[in-house]
Amino acid sequence: MTASEPLLSIRDLTIGFSTQNGFAEALHGVSFDVMPGETVAIVGESGSGKSTTAHGIINLLPENGKVTGGEVLFEGCDLVKLSRNEIESVRGREIGFVPQDPMSNLNPVWSIGFQVKETIRANGIATSKRDVEKHAIDVLKQAGLDDAERRLGQFPHQFSGGMRQRVLIGMGLSATPKLLIADEPTSALDVTVQRVILDNLAELTMLNNTAVLFITHDLGLAAERAEKLIVMYKGNIVEAGDSREILQNPQHPYTRRLVAAAPSLASQRIQAAVEHKTVDEPGGEFDLALAAEERVHEIDAEKHDSTPVIEVTNLTKTFKIRRGNFRSENFTAVNNVSFSVAKGTTTALVGESGSGKSTIAKMALGLESITSGSISIEGADLASMKRSGLMTLRRRMQPVFQDPYGSLDPMRNIGDIIGEPLRVHKFGTASERSQRVRELLDQVALPQELFNRYPNELSGGQRQRIAIARALALKPDIVVLDEAVSALDVLVQAQILQLLAELQSELGLTYLFITHDLAVVRVIADNVVVMQKGEIVETGPTDEVFGNPREAYTQNLLDAIPGANIELAV
Amino acid sequence: MSKQIPHFVAPVDSTPVAEVDSVKLGDKPGSLWRDAWRSMRRRPLFYASAVIALVFIVMAVFPTLFTQVSPTQGCSLQYSNAGPQGDHILGFTRQGCDIWARIVWGAQTSLAVGIISTVLGSFLGVLFGIFAGFYGGWIDSVLSRVGDIFFSIPYILAAVVVMSVLSEHRNVWTISLAIGGFAWASVARILRSEVLRVKNQDYVMAAIALGRSRFTTMMSHVLPNSLMPVIVVTTLNLGLAMVGEATLSFLGVGMDASVMSWGNDISDAQTTLRTAPMALIYPSIALTVAVLAFIMLGEVLRDALDPKARTR
Repeated sequence: MTASEPLLSIRDLTIGFSTQNGFAEALHGVSFDVMPGETVAIVGESGSGKSTTAHGIINLLPENGKVTGGEVLFEGCDLVKLSRNEIESVRGREIGFVPQDPMSNLNPVWSIGFQVKETIRANGIATSKRDVEKHAIDVLKQAGLDDAERRLGQFPHQFSGGMRQRVLIGMGLSATPKLLIADEPTSALDVTVQRVILDNLAELTMLNNTAVLFITHDLGLAAERAEKLIVMYKGNIVEAGDSREILQNPQHPYTRRLVAAAPSLASQRIQAAVEHKTVDEPGGEFDLALAAEERVHEIDAEKHDSTPVIEVTNLTKTFKIRRGNFRSENFTAVNNVSFSVAKGTTTALVGESGSGKSTIAKMALGLESITSGSISIEGADLASMKRSGLMTLRRRMQPVFQDPYGSLDPMRNIGDIIGEPLRVHKFGTASERSQRVRELLDQVALPQELFNRYPNELSGGQRQRIAIARALALKPDIVVLDEAVSALDVLVQAQILQLLAELQSELGLTYLFITHDLAVVRVIADNVVVMQKGEIVETGPTDEVFGNPREAYTQNLLDAIPGANIELAV
Repeated sequence: MSKQIPHFVAPVDSTPVAEVDSVKLGDKPGSLWRDAWRSMRRRPLFYASAVIALVFIVMAVFPTLFTQVSPTQGCSLQYSNAGPQGDHILGFTRQGCDIWARIVWGAQTSLAVGIISTVLGSFLGVLFGIFAGFYGGWIDSVLSRVGDIFFSIPYILAAVVVMSVLSEHRNVWTISLAIGGFAWASVARILRSEVLRVKNQDYVMAAIALGRSRFTTMMSHVLPNSLMPVIVVTTLNLGLAMVGEATLSFLGVGMDASVMSWGNDISDAQTTLRTAPMALIYPSIALTVAVLAFIMLGEVLRDALDPKARTR
C-alpha cells in the first residue's frame, strides 16, 4: 500500500434508525477519505450525523440503527460486510475509539489497572501476566499520568475528569491502531485541561503515524487540531477541505453561518477590530463580532454613569464537608472576593469548574447563605434583608439557568411558566397577566401560539428563550445568567447572545454573566472577573484583559481558547 | 506539508439551509397527561384491564344490575352445596346461598377496603415522603426512620395484630386502617427519592428565586412532578390491599362473619373443599381477576408515564 492510498474510505454511506414513527434516514450518502497519519475533523451541530458517522464506521450503532447502503473501506476491506466476530478483531486493534464522556465510560467497580489490562488482553498485545502489567504501565505513562504503577490500583472515582480521559485515550491507543476515532473527547472538560490532553493526543498519534478522525461541535477546535475539515449538516457533508482554507474562505452558506457564529473565532475578529485592523466578514445572519462591535460603540458613546448596582465586598463562602466519623471539614468555595457591576453593563464571572463562580451567583440571588462579607444590591445589603426586602429584591433581580431541559417545569404550559412571577408578585388581573405573557413571547421572538403548549415540544434554544421571558416578566433591572448559553449549539447560542444584547440595549438591563467559556465573554461582556479556586485572579474591562492579560493564569486561559491561534485572513 | 487537499462544496440545493431554531409545533398541545393518554390508547392491555376494573366497580356500586337474587335472604339448607340450577348459575354455598349473588355483593367490601386503605396509605406516604425529601436534614432523618420501622413490620402481620385488638369493631374502616396504616412506607420511600431528584432541578431553583416560598414551591412544582411513580404504585397497592382484606377475612380476623366478602366466603368454603370445591374456587377467581386488572392497569400506566418513552 502506498501513502497516496486512503486508509479509510467511506463511500455513499447511509444510516437509518427505526423509531416509533417508522424508519428515518439519518445519514444520506456520506463520502470521504482519511489518509494514513492524517487528522480529519468532522464538525457539525447536534443532529448533524457526525457521531452517527463515527459509530457507523466501527459498527457501534445503537440497537435501532442500521447501515442501509454504501461501504466503509478500511485498507480495502469493507467493514460493513464483516460479521460481528470479524469486526471485533478490527475494533481496538486496527481502529481505536475514544468515547465522549469520561465520567461514564470507565466502570466504577473495577480498578483502572484492571480495565487497562482487559483492553490489552482483548487486543492480544500481550498475554503473560508480567507483559500485560508492563504494557499497562506503559499505556498510562504515555497518556501522561505520573506515578503509573500506583495509579493502576486506583479506582475511577479517584481520578479527575481529565485523568479519566487520558486513561481512555491511552486505552484507545494501546494497540497502536492505524486509525483513532475520537468522539468529542474533551467536550466535558475545562479548556486548559482540554488543551493539555489534545496536545498529548497529537504527540502520541504523531509518534506512531496514527490517523485520527476527530468529531467535534467546535469549529475553532477542529481547525486547530485537524488539517482536513468536514462540515456536516442534517446528515450530509456540506463542505470539506483544508481547515484553514475553509475558515478563511467558507463557501457553503451553512459553513459561513457556523464561522460567523463561533465565539472562539469571533473573539479574534473583535480583537482585530479593537486594534483597528480590517477583517473579512464571513457574512451570515448572526455575526457575533458585528454584534459585539456595535455594543462597544454604544457604550463608548454613552460613557455610562458608573453607579454600581451590585457591589460585592470581601465575600466568603465556606461549606462543611462531612468526612465520616462525625468529623467535618471546612471547604472555602469563595474566598474574600470583591467586585462591582455598573448599571446597564455586563460583567462576566469566568473560571473553570470549581472556581466558585456559580456559588457567587447563588449567593447574589439569595439562594445560598453568605458566610462573611457582603453583597449589596443598589445600596441595600442582602444579608440583613428581611423577607419583604428579599421579595422586592427578587422583583428586581432574576436568574436564567444553564440547563434548558431542567429550568422549565414539564407539567406546566408555557403561559403558566412565564406568568408565574406575575402571579407570585400579584401583578394585575388575570387578563392583564396573560397580556403581559404575550408581550414577553414577542420580546423573545417566539410565536404567541406557544401560550398553551408544553416545554417538551420545544428545542433547547427555545426553552432558554422561555426562561429569559420568565426572568423579564417583572421588568427586573438585573439578570443573573448562570451558564445560560453553555448547553446550546453554536448557531442557537449566537442567536440567544444576540437576543440578550438587544434586550439589554432596549431595557437597560444589567447582566451578571457566569460562564466557563472565555470566547463568549469576549463577545458579550464589558468587564471580566477571572476566578480560580474561589479567588479573583484578575478583573478589568474585557478588551484590556483580553488584549493585555496581567496574570499568567489569564494568559493560560486565553491561549486555551480553541482556534485562538489560527491566523484568519487579516 | 504541501499536499493538496481538494475543497469540496456541496450544492446548496442538496441541503437547503433552514432557519436557525425555528419553532415546529405538533397539531395538539401535548401535556403530560394527554401524551400518557395517547400512548395508553394504543395498548390492548389497557382496554382489557380497564374494562374488567370498571365492571367490578359498577358491580360494587349497583349490585342489582348483575343479580336479582338476594345473597342472604332465601338461603336454604336444602340447597347446601348444590350445583347450578335455574337462576343460580354458579350453584350454592354450604349454607345454601347463591354463589354468584354473594360474589356480586362481596365486590363492595373488597373494593371499599382496597380504595380506602390505598387512599389512606398513599396520603400518609406522600405526607412523609415529601417532607422528608424536600426539607431534608433532621426532618428527613426522623421521618425516614419512622418509615423504616413501619417498613420492617410485615403489614399483614401488623394488620392481624391490630384486627385482633379491634375484634369488637371489625368493619371496612378498621380493616382499611389496619392495612393502609402499615402499607404506606413503600410509598414514602418512592416519593422521597423522586423528590430528591426533582428538588434539584433548575425550575425549583427558579421558582424560589422569583419569590415563591419554599412551601408553595414544594406544593406547586415539586409534588406534581414527583407524583408519577406514586400513582403507579397506588394502582398496584389497590390490588394488594384487596388481597390483604381477603387474607385477613380468611384468617378469621377480617370482616365480621355476617358481612359479605370474598375472603369470608373463601374461608367458609374451605371446610367443604373436597366435596364442593366450586364454592371456594369461584370467589377466588373473582378476587384474582379483580386484583390482576388493577395490577395490569398500574403496569400500563407506568409505561405511559415513563418520561423516557416520551419522544417529543
